[in-house]
Amino acid sequence: MSGSGKAYLFLLPNLFGTVCFVLIPFLDVFRRSCLQAVGSGFVGLSNYCAVLENKAFWLAAANTARFMAVCIPLLLLLSLWVAVMFQSMADAGHRKRRGKTSGAWGGRRKNGIMAISRIKTGFTLPMAIPAASVVVFFQMLFDEKGWLNLLAGWLGFAGRDWLNGGCAFWVLVVCYIWKNLGYDMILWMTGIAGIEKEQYEAARVQGAGGFACFWYITLPQLRATAYVTALLSFVNGFRVFREAYLLSGDYPHESIYMLQHLFNNWFVNLDIQKLTAAASLLVLATGIFLFAAGTLARVLASENRGKRRRVSTSEHKGKPLHFFVNSGESLPVSAPEYKGKLHKAEELAGHGEKPADTGKRKRRKGRKDS
Amino acid sequence: MKKTTIWGIVMRMILAVLLILMVMPLVMLCTNSLMGKREIIETCGAVLSDYGGKAQFRLFPQYPTMRAYVRLLLDSPEYFAAFWNSAVIAGGVVAGQLFTAVLAAWALARYDFPGKAALRFLYMLLLILPFQVTMVSGYLVLDSLKLLDTYLAVILPGIFSALPVFILSRSFAAIPKEVIEAAKIDGAGDFGIFIRIGVPLGRPGIFSVVILSFLEYWNAVEQPLTYLKTESLKPLSLYLPVMVKGEVQTAFAASIITLLPAVLLFFCGQESLEKGIGASGSF
Repeated sequence: MSGSGKAYLFLLPNLFGTVCFVLIPFLDVFRRSCLQAVGSGFVGLSNYCAVLENKAFWLAAANTARFMAVCIPLLLLLSLWVAVMFQSMADAGHRKRRGKTSGAWGGRRKNGIMAISRIKTGFTLPMAIPAASVVVFFQMLFDEKGWLNLLAGWLGFAGRDWLNGGCAFWVLVVCYIWKNLGYDMILWMTGIAGIEKEQYEAARVQGAGGFACFWYITLPQLRATAYVTALLSFVNGFRVFREAYLLSGDYPHESIYMLQHLFNNWFVNLDIQKLTAAASLLVLATGIFLFAAGTLARVLASENRGKRRRVSTSEHKGKPLHFFVNSGESLPVSAPEYKGKLHKAEELAGHGEKPADTGKRKRRKGRKDS
Repeated sequence: MKKTTIWGIVMRMILAVLLILMVMPLVMLCTNSLMGKREIIETCGAVLSDYGGKAQFRLFPQYPTMRAYVRLLLDSPEYFAAFWNSAVIAGGVVAGQLFTAVLAAWALARYDFPGKAALRFLYMLLLILPFQVTMVSGYLVLDSLKLLDTYLAVILPGIFSALPVFILSRSFAAIPKEVIEAAKIDGAGDFGIFIRIGVPLGRPGIFSVVILSFLEYWNAVEQPLTYLKTESLKPLSLYLPVMVKGEVQTAFAASIITLLPAVLLFFCGQESLEKGIGASGSF
């Protein structure tokens, strides 16, 4: 049997299920989205028009978009910060072990690494806690008579009903970040762990501080990680419906009335026309978005390949630093080739020699004496 | 970073505060589950059912007792029925995914075949789409198969979700080509390579998919809400909120028992979970 035949054999069980439970039924949904409610008269796009004229649809779509636009950047930045903090703490611990340097932190902690992995668990644990369990806590916290208002009372602020006002949106944001911070943190940490330590050491020798290291070494190499992390955060963004539903039911405050609520209510009310049309619209929109994002990523990757951009850092400790940062390497990076070239460049730069021009995509770190 | 600067200390303090906030819900659930009936009504009755007054905050119960757990164990058969429902659903989905998703991910990661790009695109699309979009189509097919209102209504569509394929194909793709070439030279067949090399080397990925899927379906709200109508079939994720409203004194104990299987599994497989999640993020 040919290679591709075998591939299909491996795919068969899953593909069979996906076709049966998702693809074929979805074609049926698409067909129904063009039909009348009663009987089976063809009505063309009028169901779609009904959806697009529906106020609830626009409210829900706007809320969902707003939620994603607020939450994803917030979550990405916060989890990246936590990941970087852990990494720097772990590095300090390692250095302490090797007896090279000892910070105030390292001095106090003998088993710093162990402690860090325990703290890490504190951040990742929420992803294991079911929504149904924690909703009791969130109710106690955010209720009008709950703990948060108790705290507000002690501090002399007026309490408010967090779940039934504009604040409900922010309550949901908190729930989302609480749940997903650990997951994103793991993704970032794996990305950071893949960066060669020698790069940092070379940069430090040249006087780069913590922030310069982060900005010019860590960040550019986390691009691929950022792409996946953002994607998975987006996927998880839809799951916040669970918390929203368990906290506030079918019809929550209008600031958290999401597309998921709307679909659910149309489903409960058997509003099949609107539901099928809206589902088709959403699939179309997501498909276009995904296609555009994929194409854009590919175009950027090929455009930047072999192209170098020169970026100069701000002055640091009085010594101007100049890095040649390879801006391109966006998505798939072939690691061994890349690392090899980098290594050579650093050896040159690290020994204070003039960085020789040896390759098309080499990263050089040369220090220019002022 | 030779010296710990003031800035560094401030950062660490923020991190510590964040950590406390992260573990707070679990700690509060634990301590409140040890309260007696009276104390619970005093502190939480105002919020969870209408006892009037305001909630009170106690980090530790005044009179710790296991009463709530005993009551839950002896007095609430419905709770354990729901527990069993959750176990069947989550277990069924995980078992099914182990069979189908692992194979599919291997094909996507290791073979070139016509239509691969389209299939990848399809799986990505299915990964991103929220459940509500495929809700109707799922309902229609389950209805025509007469599966609505059975465990299978939640299990079958769950087996074919795209996330495990996504994560697994990433961790399979990370296996070095040389290993597989070597096995081929030694005369291993395609399936032999999959069993002898793919499965053992992809083990962290497989473990993490098992854990993530279990967590996901232990926590499932939308699917049972849509496809199950009989009360006695509903899983914990739907039964617990109802129960909390009815019986305040066991609310916290029931929440703790609910999260116990998920958290235990999480601790058992934490290392491979982190590896697997990490592998899904790197190219």
